[in-house]
Amino acid sequence: MGCGVSKSNQFHKNSGKAIKSAVLIQRWYRQFVARKEMRRRYTWHIFQSIEYSGEQAQIKLYNFLGYLMDNFTPASNERNLISHIFRENEVCRDAEWERYFCYKNIEVPDLYSGPHLTFPLTVEQAVGLVEAFRNKKQLHSRYVLQLLLETWKQLRLLPNINRISTCHSKEITICGDLHGQLEDLLLIFYKNDMPSLEKPYLFNGDFVDRGKDSIEILIILFSFLLVYPSEVYLNRGNHEDHIVNLRYGFTKEVLSKYRMHGKRILKLLQKIFSWLPLATVIDQKVLVIHGGISNTTDLSVLARVDRHNYNSALRPPKKRHQNVAGKSIDSDEEAGSTNKVFQRRPSLTFPRTLTKDCFQNRSLQDFSDRLRANTVEEVEIHKRLPGPLGPENDTSQSCESISSEDEWRQILDLLWSDPMAQDGCVPNEVRGGGCYWGPDVTEDFLNRHNLQLIIRSHECKQEGYEFCHNRKVLTLFSASNYYDVGSNRGAYVKLGPDLVPYLVQYQASSMIRELSVRQSAGRSERSANKVLREQLFAHKSDLICAFKKLDSGNKGRVSLANWASAVESVMRLGLPWRIMRSQLVTGRSADSSIDSSIDYYEWFNELAIKGANADHIDQSLLETLYRHRSTLETIFRIVDTDNSGFITMEDFRQTWKLLSVYLKMEITEEAISDLAVTIDSNQDGSIDIEEFMEAFRLTDKKSRLERGRSMFMGTASDLTKLEGDPNI
Amino acid sequence: MSRRRSEQRLKRLIMSLTTRWMSGELWQYREREIGTIIYSLGCFPSQADLHDLIAEVEEDQTGYIHLDSFLPVMSKVLLEHKFPPIPEDLLLQAFEVLDKEKKGYLEHEELTKYMTQEGELFTQEEVDEMLTALADHEKNVVYYKDLINQLTIDPDM
Repeated sequence: MGCGVSKSNQFHKNSGKAIKSAVLIQRWYRQFVARKEMRRRYTWHIFQSIEYSGEQAQIKLYNFLGYLMDNFTPASNERNLISHIFRENEVCRDAEWERYFCYKNIEVPDLYSGPHLTFPLTVEQAVGLVEAFRNKKQLHSRYVLQLLLETWKQLRLLPNINRISTCHSKEITICGDLHGQLEDLLLIFYKNDMPSLEKPYLFNGDFVDRGKDSIEILIILFSFLLVYPSEVYLNRGNHEDHIVNLRYGFTKEVLSKYRMHGKRILKLLQKIFSWLPLATVIDQKVLVIHGGISNTTDLSVLARVDRHNYNSALRPPKKRHQNVAGKSIDSDEEAGSTNKVFQRRPSLTFPRTLTKDCFQNRSLQDFSDRLRANTVEEVEIHKRLPGPLGPENDTSQSCESISSEDEWRQILDLLWSDPMAQDGCVPNEVRGGGCYWGPDVTEDFLNRHNLQLIIRSHECKQEGYEFCHNRKVLTLFSASNYYDVGSNRGAYVKLGPDLVPYLVQYQASSMIRELSVRQSAGRSERSANKVLREQLFAHKSDLICAFKKLDSGNKGRVSLANWASAVESVMRLGLPWRIMRSQLVTGRSADSSIDSSIDYYEWFNELAIKGANADHIDQSLLETLYRHRSTLETIFRIVDTDNSGFITMEDFRQTWKLLSVYLKMEITEEAISDLAVTIDSNQDGSIDIEEFMEAFRLTDKKSRLERGRSMFMGTASDLTKLEGDPNI
Repeated sequence: MSRRRSEQRLKRLIMSLTTRWMSGELWQYREREIGTIIYSLGCFPSQADLHDLIAEVEEDQTGYIHLDSFLPVMSKVLLEHKFPPIPEDLLLQAFEVLDKEKKGYLEHEELTKYMTQEGELFTQEEVDEMLTALADHEKNVVYYKDLINQLTIDPDM
């Protein structure tokens, strides 16, 4: 710097210093923000991966169960345990349905303080319902059933593809996924007014699951649909599907809110879901669908399908037989196996002629080696035939079955697909259904159908919406704070006659405003890290195996670089493990020496649950249970046929046998018995599903003891047989 | 380790930072994303540094940067420790220079003035965001000494 100390020099020197300081601070701060943003992104990615892999696991499970159905003899216990979810509706005539769903003899007690409904529904009643739910009231099951019956009647009149026009300068408001988050719907109505003759609305699927007020959202949407049938439109989402609902909470919600009539409500909802329209076209220019498209999507095919045949998009269609009386609207099969009409349905294992072949075959290979005896050849036959569905089919039906296969695939793609940045169309292996489609497919599709924009939902976006494919595809998501408080905004779009999307964002929850930016980011991150640590623990054996391979000297340590690549090879989450290391490897296992190596055994000690009796449990069994907790719970709910929340000891054993086959794990009868006896704490021969699942939460030592519950006390040492099994 | 291998590793790292949650093209990054990536890799370039770097790799005037052009440049940056982190004591000094009255904190107006008028200017939005994130909400000032502890430099990669 200058040597003179004159005043002007001093001044310059000072301001020079100030500038340099400012630059330093600015540089530091920009780096700080960038790293924060990066952490936010991979926190998001963690949540999203867990969500999508859950969906994938559900599909796999469903495939597996379907495969069991196809291959176990009718006499087997396992088959009977699960066959009811594959059985089509038990009765097939409208009159019988009316009887089953009859609400008339359900009495509403005087003490009931919720809303009373009279039909035909009026605007005041619909608005009244919104108010009642805002005030945490619950609608009585009698009215729920009545409302659902009316909705069912209404939906049956609708085409597969709604066609709307924004004439008379009417702007239509489109909302994306709501996922049971009532607060967001209320916020939308507050900002944008409720549906009315002047205010048409379109709801783009995924109304239920995950959030806690799914049934209330449905009631509101259906009420407005009934009151304004020409102004309210609904599209089906992939969560409007009873198979998905088993895992993601809607089934649980209904059964706990409606203990007596929940089962019927769910059954009726199954039918309603299958009658929801699949798509909407606005002004012949804008297509609105829940998931997306594929390179084979054809609106004219979709317009013609019998959509109500697809109760669950995860199931390929059943075939219609000539000898079934076809008068009813639902040409479902009859109950009772005297009439061997019950056709074994192939699961999602049918080989396709398109590039999605590998996806199908892979699903097949997942299970074919798990089931013993006489199944392998049949599997081979299924794989080889490109045409008819299987050797038992009539050739006369082969044409129909091919096109119904195509139809089903079209619906699956519509509800499950996601856009990607690269050109092309590949199977959506992350979710397990639908595909990833590229900008070239969008371009081609829009040209073919003479459209200009696709609006879809299905994916959570931080800002509530996102454009892609050259602004030809708009993703719209309306459930704010979806992954965690502060994770994302929600958005809705308004479309006028000019068809230029006008987006409105919002974020529910008063909690948000109180949290500073720093706090809310920290929260999500901690939450995601907890989830991730659980997953890491659940893959302990595989990880140790991977570490050992890189630890040639058998020192129990690996370098940071090796740690990161080993973890990624097992977890396959595509996360920046090296950067995240400081959050995941804490305590004594974190090494600050020059070589930055990690003591991996010590690491797992720190990750592990600190249960009072963790030592008594076979680690591999425990690990497996953690990894497949959600699947286990789903199987329980399937087995719990009367939806009571309890299963018998016998069913519990059967469930474990099923799971052990699925996971290719050997569990002895004795081990299962020990497990069962331990859990049946009140010794009445039945097991509380909730209680069982609670015991699997990763908890710390203190709370376990506080609850006074030591689930695995005295587990048989027979379980030690499982050690050393490389497949676990 | 060969340059090729370290580049490959860097590529995987960058991809893990950006794949799937970048709404843009998979192999081409927009300018502003490059800054985020570089910062996340532990570097502290100034704006001027960033602009120079980007100019080196940008594809014509498209605003996009191809990952393959970026990798060798970024590898070099990392190997040469070109933009080292700012030592804590230096940062503290910087704050103290701005805090003329040696109060131990900076007020909103003070910080805003410096950030938006000196050095590599912040936009109003950046300043607002900074104040929301860093300031003590009750007193409306920035206790910079506490902040310094927030500076976590990730272990070497």
